[in-house]
Amino acid sequence: MNVLHKNYINSFLNTMLLIASLVSLSAQAQLHVEISGVGETQIPIAIAGFTDEEMAPQMISKIIKDDLTRSGYFKVMGLLGSISETDTVDLSKLKSQGADAMLVGSVHKTEDGRYDIRYKLYDTNKLTTLSFYNVTQSPQFIRVAAHKVADDVFEKLTGIRGIFSTRIAYVTKTGPNYQLEVSDADGDGVQVAIKSKEPIISPSWSPDGTKVAYVSFELRKPVVYAQNLVTGQRTLIANYKGNNSAPAWSPDGKKVALALSKDGLTQIYCVNVDGSGLQRLTESFGIDTEPQYSADGQSIYFTSDRSGGPQIYRMSAAGGEAKRVTFTGNYNIAPRISPDGQTLAYISRRDNKFQLYALDLGSNQELRLTDTQDDDSPSFAPNSRYIVYATEIAQRGSLGVVSVDGRTSQRLTTQAGDVRNPTWGPFMK
Amino acid sequence: MSSISIKLALVLASAALVGACSTPKVEAPAPVAEPAPAPVKPVEARVVTPMVAPEVDPLNDPKGMLVKRSVYFDFDKYSIKEEFNPLLAAHAKYLSSHTARKILVQGNADERGGREYNLALGQKRAVAVTGSLTAQGVAATQVEAVSLGKEKPKATGHDEASWAENRRADIVY
Repeated sequence: MNVLHKNYINSFLNTMLLIASLVSLSAQAQLHVEISGVGETQIPIAIAGFTDEEMAPQMISKIIKDDLTRSGYFKVMGLLGSISETDTVDLSKLKSQGADAMLVGSVHKTEDGRYDIRYKLYDTNKLTTLSFYNVTQSPQFIRVAAHKVADDVFEKLTGIRGIFSTRIAYVTKTGPNYQLEVSDADGDGVQVAIKSKEPIISPSWSPDGTKVAYVSFELRKPVVYAQNLVTGQRTLIANYKGNNSAPAWSPDGKKVALALSKDGLTQIYCVNVDGSGLQRLTESFGIDTEPQYSADGQSIYFTSDRSGGPQIYRMSAAGGEAKRVTFTGNYNIAPRISPDGQTLAYISRRDNKFQLYALDLGSNQELRLTDTQDDDSPSFAPNSRYIVYATEIAQRGSLGVVSVDGRTSQRLTTQAGDVRNPTWGPFMK
Repeated sequence: MSSISIKLALVLASAALVGACSTPKVEAPAPVAEPAPAPVKPVEARVVTPMVAPEVDPLNDPKGMLVKRSVYFDFDKYSIKEEFNPLLAAHAKYLSSHTARKILVQGNADERGGREYNLALGQKRAVAVTGSLTAQGVAATQVEAVSLGKEKPKATGHDEASWAENRRADIVY
């Protein structure tokens, strides 16, 4: 070939190399997900490709299939080719092939450059349409659109609200560098909220999903800030003498509960979100920390070692008398109450192992959810069905997600460094 | 110098003169009578005036007790062991006589257990140190007890030796 031709090929290859390296860089920034276990019953669902989905930056049908598989509630049957919501389908044939449901759809581009995903969910038993809808999204958040379709499919078939379009926040440590990051629930779409050379711990989402409160050690002591994720601005919520930590937003978004050591021992207080109106809530002779509001805002669960060792207690959100909730073993910490109020998650030390447990508050039955030994910081998904937590595998910090019945689990790890302190964000539009 | 340069210099000089002549004359102020200088005393060459060299801050004296800033604790214990009393007494004495000095006491916990609970346990160690200092007369305004929990371990191993190193409160000036 002639010289000109060679130059074109060279520059094309260089461009491809550049694109490839950029793509791999962003791939390194995301959390890697591994799945294990399956749910008790798995709904078989047939999913074909979405017509024209190659025009979008992401493969919509693949994101939906991965979401449903990861949930543990579905057995996904991938169909070859693509079928749109306007195509005729033979539901009886799919029923005979073992599918209880079928999802089809198509991708379109709107005039203003957004993507419109249209889809239909069929019931192959009743031969009816369960959902016929569309989701429109900008290219930047195209994955969110796919997750919303998966959420709808999940809810129509299980009766439970889907969490695929929710986000998690967590802290990473790579060498001397700490970052607070936000990602989609599947570990993709990582965005960095804060970079620091000093530790960050205990992030807590605001109920509207736009802010995160956290503890920073940049002033050589623990101090609580609230960061507006959208604007990047932050407010100092608490820097009293001593420790300021364990922030937890109230469900109405107006107050933050905290652990402060300003009066000697670590006790529980609350403040308004602008830092004003400090109110003390506990008065014990032990350590009281890790406050967590119930979803109705009426109670606060917390850790206290007032009886000798750390146990979990519940009190009114206005403070005062507290009732002990955990009685097994001599070390129970990190209480989290599910949004539906039915399950209490916590970390218990038994035989020198720190493991995640779930207590059914109705039956008072306790279930150990993990086989690892250094678990911490559990956080419920907003549909109360999953818990994300921090753990250690091969001496590296990683995150785990486990279903409340213990049957399905996932592991999320970073390419390098440690991940810790996860917190699951709320449902958002 | 060329003839033109000489001419230029002359022109400039005359311009300056013109400028000088055109400014209004300012009256020089009347001389003020200055006081006669005092007679100088001859210095006795044999006088020796002493000077004291500035002291090394005892805080930084490598042979002193004050360079020791760490107090270690046994597992699950938050009280000061006897062996650290001399260290605390030395810092108490220094702080009492240098009331402008302030310290941060940072307590730590070993890596085992939850982050927030360990933050509070580290705090208990810091409070044990500041409590000892204030009991020896140091003003409460000079000390602040805080905790780093298990977030900034000095020893990063996963054995008893590392854990013991991290069950520690540090005095930070």
